[in-house]
Amino acid sequence: MNRNMKYIDDFRDPATARALVARIRRDAGDAPVRLMEVCGTHTVAIARGGIRPLLSGAVTMLSGPGCPVCVTPDGYIDAAIALGRERGVLLATFGDMLRVPGKSSSLEKEKGAGLDIRVVYSPIDAVSLAAATPEREVVFLGVGFETTAPAIGGAIRTAAERGAGNFSVLSSVRTIPEAMELLASDPDVAIEGFLCPAHVSVVIGSDAYRPVARRYGIPCVVAGFEPLDILLGISMLLRQRKEGVARVENEYSRVATPAGNRKAQALIRDVFVPCDTGWRGIGVIPGSGLRISDRYAGFDAERKFDAPVVFSPEGSACRCGDVLKGKIRPSDCPLFGKACVPEEPYGPCMVSSEGACAAYFKYGGS
Amino acid sequence: MCLGIPARIMDTGDGTAVVELGGVRREISVMLLDDVSVGEWVIVHAGFAIEKLSEEEAERTLALFREIAEATDRLNS
Repeated sequence: MNRNMKYIDDFRDPATARALVARIRRDAGDAPVRLMEVCGTHTVAIARGGIRPLLSGAVTMLSGPGCPVCVTPDGYIDAAIALGRERGVLLATFGDMLRVPGKSSSLEKEKGAGLDIRVVYSPIDAVSLAAATPEREVVFLGVGFETTAPAIGGAIRTAAERGAGNFSVLSSVRTIPEAMELLASDPDVAIEGFLCPAHVSVVIGSDAYRPVARRYGIPCVVAGFEPLDILLGISMLLRQRKEGVARVENEYSRVATPAGNRKAQALIRDVFVPCDTGWRGIGVIPGSGLRISDRYAGFDAERKFDAPVVFSPEGSACRCGDVLKGKIRPSDCPLFGKACVPEEPYGPCMVSSEGACAAYFKYGGS
Repeated sequence: MCLGIPARIMDTGDGTAVVELGGVRREISVMLLDDVSVGEWVIVHAGFAIEKLSEEEAERTLALFREIAEATDRLNS
C-alpha cells in the first residue's frame, strides 16, 4: 500500500462495511429513518460508494445544502463577470466555479470569449498571481464554507502583510450551522438526524452543533468522508434514536475536536464579520454569511470596486432549491436528466461535481 | 469543495511545510497550526493544513471497526 493512502484505505474495508450495514439494519425501525448528509463531499462519497441502495428501506439519506458552488447565487457570478468585463480585473477562482450559470453567462463562457480568468488551487496562489502581475488588479472569487474561510482569510492577511494593494476578494463565504437550523425547523423536511460535515467541523468544532441538537431534538454526528466513516456515523445516529436521545457525537475524532481549530477561528473573526446572506434556491438565511471586516476593507472587492453582489430569488423550473433542502430527490425534478445534464447543466446542483444532481446522475441512486 | 487530504509532513519552513500529495511534493501553509514536525500527518485543504491527524484517535476508530465486525461475525455464526 502506498504510504500516503494510509489514512484513506483503512477506512474502506468491504467486510467492515458489511458489518456496519448489518448493524444499521438491525437498529432501523419499520419505516425508513430520514437522515440528512449536510455536506456535498458526503453526498459524493455516498453516491460513489453505493451506500444509498445498501440502506434502502432502513435509512433515507437526504442531501443537504453543503455544496458551496450550488448555493452561490447567480448575482455573484454576474458581479464577478462584470468586474472582469467592465473593470478589467484578472479573476482568480477555484476550478469548480467555472461552469456555474449566472443570469446570462458563466465564467467558462467568458473565458472562452477572452476574459482573463485563472484557475488556482489555493487562495494563496492568487496572492502570488497579484505579485507576479503588479500592473493588474487581481480579484479572487472567495467561495466556500468554514473549511475554506481560513484559507481565504489567510490569503487576505498574507496580502496585507506583503502590501499587495492589487489583490482583493469577492467574498461569498457561508456558515453551515445557520443553514442546519433553518432545515431543522422546517416541518416539510422532517429530519431525524444530521450527518455533520467532516472538515467544516474540524474548523468550527463539533460543539457548534449543540444548539441544533438541543433546540430541535435532532441527533448530530460528525463523520469523516470515507465509506466506513459514513456508515459508522449513520449507525451512531440510529443508536441515539433508539435510545431516545439527541446529542452531538464525533465519529471523526482523528481530526475533528469538540472545540475545533481555535487558531483558524481567530483568523476568521479577524478577517470576516457575520452577515445575512442569500443562498441560491433557499433564500436569505440570517447570520449565515461572512463579509470582509472593516479592518481589511481594502481587500474587499465589493467595496474596492463599488460592485455589490445583488441577491434575487430566481424563478424557474429548476428545483435545485428543493433538492438542497432535502424536500425532493434530484430525480423528482422535471428537468433532471432531460433539460439538465452535467454536460449542459441548467441548475447549480448539476454543475458542481459534488452537487446532489450531478452525483445522482453519475452514480445513480434515484 | 471541502475535500481535505491526509498528508505527511516531509519538511518544514517559515509558516510553510512540504507534504507529499499523491506522489507529488507540494508546499502548503501551516499558519493555521501552532507547530508541526516532520513525520506528522495533517489534513490539507486548498493549500492549507487545517488540522493535525491524531494517529492515536485513528487507531481507536479502527479498533472500533474491528469490534463491530467481530460482533457481527458472532451474530451470524
